[in-house]
Amino acid sequence: MSLLSNTTALLGKELRTEFRSRELLTTTVVFILVVVVLFSFTFDPTSAESRRFAASLLWLAFLFAASLMLQPCFLREQTNDTLSALRLCINDPFAIFAAKLVANTLFLLLTELLMLPVFSILFNVPVFPVFGQLVLVLFLGSLGVSIAGTALSAISAQARMRELLLPLLLLPLLTPVLVASTRVTVGLLDAAPFMEWKGIGFLVIFDAVFLTALWLFGEYLLEE
Amino acid sequence: MKKHILGGAIVLFLLVAAAYGALYVAPTERTMGTIQRIFYLHVPSAWTGLTAFFICFIANLLYVVRRQPRWDWLGVSAAEVGLTFTTVVLVTGPIWAHPVWGMWWTWDARLTSTFVLWLLYVAYLLLRTLVEEPDRRALFSALFGIFAFIDVPLVFGSIRWWRTQHPQPVVMGGTGSGLDPTMWRVLLFSWLAMLSLMTLLMLARYGVEAMRADLDLVRQEAEAA
Repeated sequence: MSLLSNTTALLGKELRTEFRSRELLTTTVVFILVVVVLFSFTFDPTSAESRRFAASLLWLAFLFAASLMLQPCFLREQTNDTLSALRLCINDPFAIFAAKLVANTLFLLLTELLMLPVFSILFNVPVFPVFGQLVLVLFLGSLGVSIAGTALSAISAQARMRELLLPLLLLPLLTPVLVASTRVTVGLLDAAPFMEWKGIGFLVIFDAVFLTALWLFGEYLLEE
Repeated sequence: MKKHILGGAIVLFLLVAAAYGALYVAPTERTMGTIQRIFYLHVPSAWTGLTAFFICFIANLLYVVRRQPRWDWLGVSAAEVGLTFTTVVLVTGPIWAHPVWGMWWTWDARLTSTFVLWLLYVAYLLLRTLVEEPDRRALFSALFGIFAFIDVPLVFGSIRWWRTQHPQPVVMGGTGSGLDPTMWRVLLFSWLAMLSLMTLLMLARYGVEAMRADLDLVRQEAEAA
């Protein structure tokens, strides 16, 4: 019970911090927009071509954005020297991770949902007929990104060259998420949309494996 | 010192014997011809690399639980040696593939996942250079090593399911694959030779790491005095 109440309290703190300034969300949305526009110059964005490339483009943009967005997650605690205080008032250190990863998943999902209509218009791919399924894959993918990313941002916050280190550690680790979510999205954006359930199952497995790892080893990441 | 020379001599003998086996004892493969003999370098290196990464994973786990520096030393030694063998795999692979498949590289499951594996351990070693404080470096790299290792089956699974254009695996593949018994023997012997080389390199690397830790200690004491 204490884990749940601790997590909700901390989640409230994370959300309040972000929604006071909305810095992270605004910057990330603009970043994704820049990447998507730049990508459009690298191929001929007709409808047929877009169907082939759109899914991978979208997920790459999300992954790059996430690897930047997750930077401040622990860095903020470190600059303000609040991590030890957090540890002192929480029984289960996993609550710190749980709150941060829920918050990060929400932020990512929110930016992705904001970008989806823009993306659909720019690249001429209809997303609304498959909106529900898209939200499902976006959620599972973002959850995987957030679990691994929250853990690694605790590491990179304490290293030199941290801005480069986090993407370097995180992106290869996320290969399975990229492959599976892109594959599902390709199916959904197809001229005859279909749902690749195998990919959804795979994402669930990835999320479960890394959540377990974080639960087992998370507290060591917070050692002073 | 004597032990090192003796060990080195044994490893050298095994490697020469494995090379002889690969070049003269193993029969020539029917369709691929002589180029297939690179198999006896390529496959044992891959297995040895994976063995080293597995040792690294165990050392990482032990470090997180026990916090003894020696597990950190073993972890970094195993990672470096494993990376070396994986590099051999990534170099010999294209040399073999070019004449046989007509291209240097294909994004097939094994190649791609080996490449991602290689990248993960490069990241592991880079992380170690970027954290100053020794205890923290040991702990963080151990944790990243654990995450990286559990990621490997997922990487392989995802790529194998969705990016398959791939040639039938030769060893432990489906029906129709299989090795001549002499080929098997040479392959296993080559693996043994590679494992002995791995052990030798790892021990030497471990010794260096232990010495470095001693040096750091002496330096700290000198600064304190």
